[in-house]
Amino acid sequence: MERSTQIEQQIELPFGESLRISFQSLKIRFGRSIITTAGITLGIAFLVSVWTNNEIDLAMQESGRTEQITTLEEEQEQGISTKDIWLIIMSLIVCVVGIANSMLMAVTERFQEIGTMKCLGALDRFVVRLFLLESGFQGLSGALIGALIGTVGSILLGLKNHGLDLFFYFPLLPASPEDAPMRLGIIVLILFGCLLGMVLSVIGAAFPAWRAAQLPPAEAMRTEV
Amino acid sequence: MAETVVKTEDVVKEYRMGTTVVRALSGINIEIDRGEYISLMGPSGSGKSTLFNMIGALDGPTGGRVYIDGQDMSQLSRSQIAWFRCHRVGYIFQSYNLLPVMSALENVTLPMIFAGLSNRDRNKKGEELLNLVGLGDRSHHRPDELSGGQRQRVAIARAFANDPTIILADEPTANLDTITGREIIDLIRDLNRGKGVTVISATHDLKMLDVSDRIVDIRDGLVERIRNRDEIDIEVGEVGGH
Repeated sequence: MERSTQIEQQIELPFGESLRISFQSLKIRFGRSIITTAGITLGIAFLVSVWTNNEIDLAMQESGRTEQITTLEEEQEQGISTKDIWLIIMSLIVCVVGIANSMLMAVTERFQEIGTMKCLGALDRFVVRLFLLESGFQGLSGALIGALIGTVGSILLGLKNHGLDLFFYFPLLPASPEDAPMRLGIIVLILFGCLLGMVLSVIGAAFPAWRAAQLPPAEAMRTEV
Repeated sequence: MAETVVKTEDVVKEYRMGTTVVRALSGINIEIDRGEYISLMGPSGSGKSTLFNMIGALDGPTGGRVYIDGQDMSQLSRSQIAWFRCHRVGYIFQSYNLLPVMSALENVTLPMIFAGLSNRDRNKKGEELLNLVGLGDRSHHRPDELSGGQRQRVAIARAFANDPTIILADEPTANLDTITGREIIDLIRDLNRGKGVTVISATHDLKMLDVSDRIVDIRDGLVERIRNRDEIDIEVGEVGGH
């Protein structure tokens, strides 16, 4: 059989094909995916619970139901205390580091797979896209569960501290911007937690996946974890 | 007159290990003809796997040139190299390198996905290839449900997915027992003859000598000698206790 010796450009795969492969990979690697996703869930649960707690406390203070606050001065001081800010920053750091670590490990242990796919004709872009899809989906589902767990935990704590009064002053929606620009409301915090979890896991996966895709396949396959 | 399919010109490869530079290949010149079965032999660290990687476009040389079908590989774009790996070369590895999450059939059809074949065409062709390597009844098993020899058969079927002109096999029998190794070698040899593909195999398995057209001995990053099939007097026919 006569064959042309012409070398052509490799074709781009349709998006649906990438989506199918990435979902299959998540499904079959279910146990491992769950562990990675759990890392994201915990990070976001911690973050959202700290923030929601803070939100609930502020709302209760404002309602005047919390009795420790007697003077205006004290109330202003209470607003968001240094301790709260510290906790919020800490929770953010724990969340960022935890998720980045989860994704980094999950991608690094698959360097050989990336090298193999490139041997079979995968474009660098395809490899990166596959990992972006996987990590985006893991990030979103993990963060959503985490945000819900965090919120439920905070509500339970709020019930313990404030009793059923909590529900009269429940800070579901953002406070009016003139009164309290920092009060975002629980719905916004949940959405923000989901977005943050997804963005962090995509970034955490994109960096090692991109690096592995750039490597010559021989080197990617040699990499041992 | 035989047609040259692979040609290397003074191929040099250096690796940087911290501050020291390790020279794996120090100027390799070989020519391989279409349809040949070539074994690259040499002890560990001789550079044979590095040469294998250069020929298969799995890594780029530090110096010198590699020509496949007359095409200078260093002139190709990343996309063209991907196309080349997809259509021109089939790779077989020591550790099989199958994707663990995919069934045998899915592993075999993955290169066809990259080549843009339709779902129906690739399943049909995948089944045919698995039948060819004797695994027609194992197509839906995942690699961890297959023996070493069966995994390597899947890898061989995958290597032939897009009708390559070159098969590169890196120590294909190193993880297998003698009898299974023999079967794998015979299978590769049969496909080499049946499909007319060029087989280039890095190995130190003496059983390979038996089927090779030529043997290239690599030592310290250089071609030590090239022997033809008829110059080899090693008796390997009885290895494995047949």
